[in-house]
Amino acid sequence: MFGKLTWDVVPWSQPIPLVAGSVVVLIVLATLAWVVLKGYLPYLWREWITSVDHKRIGVMYTLLGVVMLLRGFIDALMMRSQQAVAFRAAGYLPPEHYDQIFSAHGTIMIFFAAMPIVIGLMNFVVPLQLGVRDVAFPTLNSTSLWLTATGALLVNISLVVGEFARTGWLVYPPLSELPYSPSVGVDYYLWALLISGVGTLMTGINFVTTILKIRAPGMSYLRMTIFCWTALASSLLIIAAFPILTATLGMLALDRYLGFHFFTNDAGGNMMMFINLIWAWGHPEVYILVLPAFGIFSEVISTFSGKPLFNYRSMVAATMAICLISFLVWLHHFFTMGAGADVNAFFGITTSIIAVPTGVKIYNWLFTMYGGRIRFTTPMLWSLGFLVTFVIGGMTGVLLAVPPADFVLHNSLFLVAHFHNVIIAGVVFAAFAGITYWFPKAFGFKLDEGWGKAAFWLSLLGFYVVFMPLYVAGLLGMTRRLQHYDVAAWRPWVLIAGIGIVIMMAAAACQVIQFVVSVRRRDELRDETGDPWDGRSLEWSTTSPPPPFNFAVLPNVGGEDPYWEIKRRAIEAQRLSAEPKYEPIEMPRNSPTGFITAFFATMTGFALIWHIWWMVALGVVAAYAVFVWFAWRDAVEYSIPAEEVAHYDRERRRAREQWLAQHAGQPA
Amino acid sequence: MLDPRYVGGDGPPRDRRRIPPQGRPRLLLRLPAALIVLLVGGCSGGVLDPQGPIGAANRLILLNALGIMLVIVVPTIIAILIFAWWFRASNTRASYRPDFVYSGGIEMVVWGIPILTIMFLGGVTWIGSHDLDPFKPIASPEKPVEVQVVSLDWKWLFIYPDESVASVNELVVPAEVPVHFSLTSASVMNMFFVPQLGTMIATMNGMVTQLHLAADKPGEFYGQSAQYSGGGFSDMNFTVRAVPQDAFAQWVATTRQSGSALDRTSYLALCQQSSNVRPFTYRAVDAGLFNAIASQQLPPCPGPNIERAGVTVRPRSER
Amino acid sequence: MSATDTPFERAGEPYRVGRDREWASAGAGRGYVYATGHGEGGPASKRVIVGYGFWIFLLSDIVMFSAFFAAHAVLQTATAGGPSGRELFNLWSIVAQTAFLLISSFTCGLSAVATEARNQLWTQVALLVTGLFGLAFLVLEGRDFASMVMQGAGPDRSAFLSSLFAVVGLHGLHVSAGLLWLGTMMAQVFVKGFRPDILRRLVCFNLFWHALDIIWVALFTVVYLIGLGR
Repeated sequence: MFGKLTWDVVPWSQPIPLVAGSVVVLIVLATLAWVVLKGYLPYLWREWITSVDHKRIGVMYTLLGVVMLLRGFIDALMMRSQQAVAFRAAGYLPPEHYDQIFSAHGTIMIFFAAMPIVIGLMNFVVPLQLGVRDVAFPTLNSTSLWLTATGALLVNISLVVGEFARTGWLVYPPLSELPYSPSVGVDYYLWALLISGVGTLMTGINFVTTILKIRAPGMSYLRMTIFCWTALASSLLIIAAFPILTATLGMLALDRYLGFHFFTNDAGGNMMMFINLIWAWGHPEVYILVLPAFGIFSEVISTFSGKPLFNYRSMVAATMAICLISFLVWLHHFFTMGAGADVNAFFGITTSIIAVPTGVKIYNWLFTMYGGRIRFTTPMLWSLGFLVTFVIGGMTGVLLAVPPADFVLHNSLFLVAHFHNVIIAGVVFAAFAGITYWFPKAFGFKLDEGWGKAAFWLSLLGFYVVFMPLYVAGLLGMTRRLQHYDVAAWRPWVLIAGIGIVIMMAAAACQVIQFVVSVRRRDELRDETGDPWDGRSLEWSTTSPPPPFNFAVLPNVGGEDPYWEIKRRAIEAQRLSAEPKYEPIEMPRNSPTGFITAFFATMTGFALIWHIWWMVALGVVAAYAVFVWFAWRDAVEYSIPAEEVAHYDRERRRAREQWLAQHAGQPA
Repeated sequence: MLDPRYVGGDGPPRDRRRIPPQGRPRLLLRLPAALIVLLVGGCSGGVLDPQGPIGAANRLILLNALGIMLVIVVPTIIAILIFAWWFRASNTRASYRPDFVYSGGIEMVVWGIPILTIMFLGGVTWIGSHDLDPFKPIASPEKPVEVQVVSLDWKWLFIYPDESVASVNELVVPAEVPVHFSLTSASVMNMFFVPQLGTMIATMNGMVTQLHLAADKPGEFYGQSAQYSGGGFSDMNFTVRAVPQDAFAQWVATTRQSGSALDRTSYLALCQQSSNVRPFTYRAVDAGLFNAIASQQLPPCPGPNIERAGVTVRPRSER
Repeated sequence: MSATDTPFERAGEPYRVGRDREWASAGAGRGYVYATGHGEGGPASKRVIVGYGFWIFLLSDIVMFSAFFAAHAVLQTATAGGPSGRELFNLWSIVAQTAFLLISSFTCGLSAVATEARNQLWTQVALLVTGLFGLAFLVLEGRDFASMVMQGAGPDRSAFLSSLFAVVGLHGLHVSAGLLWLGTMMAQVFVKGFRPDILRRLVCFNLFWHALDIIWVALFTVVYLIGLGR
């Protein structure tokens, strides 16, 4: 009746997951109870869960990502502390648990922390920067969000019901095939990623269509912000790469569920094919993450230097070059699999080539600062930390790109240090820079600068203290994923890394405190005009937070940095431009489709994992029914009357006229 | 922190216990020195301390590439810090140039120098990949020793086909003689890696990979699997003993005198999942055993023995 | 015609490139564009947006099929001592399947013509015939699969067979989903008539169905014709 599900699958006899799971379940139940008892549920349902507004969806995506970042960080804490104590000792995490933790750490960080944060920021910012009202397919956008949440939910359920994969975050076969991983762990992984992969693919389609087909009048391609260009490049990569992930994980699922032989040891299966296919997705994936991160830094550095981005066209060219070349490098992830010298050398060379446009970007940021008036706000500090740290990570990447060097460093802690170097400095620092930078736009008040700076310095220090020793340990021969070790030479470095993770924990605490303190002090930190940073792009011309329709009238774009020009003219003329003629605006209606589809997707995924076939059928049929029901609706949009639009916009204009009056006589 | 020169049982010498003000800078200078000593002292035993020609060539390429990259990276980092500091808003001496948004000269330099560097590095890559291809034999007057390697869950089997002996979790080879490895896996993917001898290579069921290594002089080296392969992975390390050639012949002779024979039956017993296996030897080996494993005539070794999915299993430990 | 039609949809001129100065620079911001060119005319019309997005989805789907084709290229000789294509493929069945699919594409095109003419009856008839031919395709394919399984040549026999069943089956799954969609579209057109959003969906369905046909041609060539030669 319930497939493989029995009461035994809850880890009653394992204290650590039992306690951790219980704590999480309690927190979730308590939060739900609080929400329901306080009467927030109707509001949440109406305004957030069923929202198709890109701003709300962006906030929810980012929130999901930040929460999962914390979960992934706890995994990292456990890994570092286990290694710190497990010198010629068993440590406190037995292998069957430790192996799940490092697999979950990688899976969560890439798919459910980094991707949602990046996509969340893209969701919030891109339509505003393009000067339009929403993305191309708002309900699809909501579905993407909730399907991603489904994947995150499934991975977290594995903590309490069953177990997670014990194969590493990329489930290489034959280890991930049934003979060597008979339990449900790999199945949790597969369905979580297959379901959320659909969501991500839809996001890619949504954003390519939006960026290429929906822009404010006058905004030619070369007048878009660089963040929009990087969002475009990332979305193109999503469209080209995620289907490969779906196909590959689908093949593994066929192997595990229906006895196929794509990657098995016997009957002609080919494990090398999995490795090729998964990395053909995997390498573009890291550029999907890092390109919007670069875009965030471009925005932040140019705003806080008080200068336009240096060499904008070169940045665009570099971005698209990276986008293209990222498909030509995948074999550098397995130089040691024995492909032969010609093949290895080819991919080593293409990998080195991709370092060139990346370097060009670094120099463009450098020269954006040159001749600027730099304000060391929290986002700018994150950017400076990125600039210095990422260069080191990029350098070690080029080192690993040379096959003979990789032959002795593959899968070592040197590799682990390298990719954390580029991902933390690149994606995580960008996430915090972007969140801090656009927080006032989303919520109407800034984040506390003091705690933000503390979080930055502790993160920077913590990063170096964790990962520089790991570079050394890798050079000393230490391989990755060890649950215990007995080589004395490695011990000091692993211990230092253990201290570093505590520093990073302090940094994480500062982030949480920053949020709490900022909410408490929100009236002091209020953003009155909508332009708290003296910004250059169109999102800063709206109120904070913007109205549902973003712009009362779509702006006419005359050049790059369009808002900067509008501001200059207003300051020089000491008045705003004439009030426009307001017209009614049609906006898409909210819809529960995304949420309900995801609910049934969760049901289907869980049922597939535990082999509850009747529930699978029910979930699939119900999901189809939801689709038909959604397709049947007649009222797709609602109209905002012109008076309401006028009311919003006159408020906005009043705040800005007030600012002009207060700053009268100051130079532009 | 573990170096006895700095952590003494009695604490630091008396004359340093109270640090006079003018001595503090000297103490600060000692800290980076301590780190450097830790670093350099800590460098022995790893990839940067190779004991064979392959490892030495790997290290040379690594350090060359590092040197080339540092030439670019260090000035870049310095420039980032200098620009950020000089152009801070409070610095009235810095010129504010909001119109400085394009420069053809800078563009040419920032594309050109990396391209030239990468071209050079590409040459290093091409030549190095071919010179250090694992399939390429080591040039030597000595005839190479053949070793067949099978990675099992979670131990290493080393078969010496010419000597017809085998060893588990200990690899004895003659020093100054090239060793030609043929590698396969009995189950999942692993990676044969002896950091101080150089290049690693994957092992996969149904396939044979090849590797050539040599030790410059006698010594003992740490070997491991560099590809996570399941619960007993952390114990999947082995010792490599490079011994003088006569000592190697002696080891072969001794091995032939005790232990059991490795045939299909004892191989199937070895196949069962076990970890933390103490090294032992076989006094005789079936002639076609490795080929049978590599061609899957002997089927892949089984996975964990469990009755029901969802129950976690600890692999049998033998120590 | 409806209030949401763009100026050019009202004027009936589809290919003017560039932006309408009067619309775009009036500051009204509702600058509908004629044909997008560099997109300087403001947001494109819904019809363009939906069609473009669906094209991109189709491209992503083709990438997914490519991964399965690549797997087939690698695994096509991995028969593990089992039967190969030459021994298994029923050529007449495959030819019939091809014919059915091509005919269904043709009738789908006919339904599009009927839709342009806003003729409810012929749209429904053409869609129904499309569905029936699609169903016939699936029935034949299902029978082929069943007979292979009964011969002991199911997907669990060898990697080659796994890959065959997967790539052909993936296409069949898309056809099945297409048939479900077709049924839904027929119902929607019947109940709601030729509303602009229903028309957009019909365009998407047409694109989907024709794309499936193109993929079948590739499948037929790579898997069956080339496979027969091994």
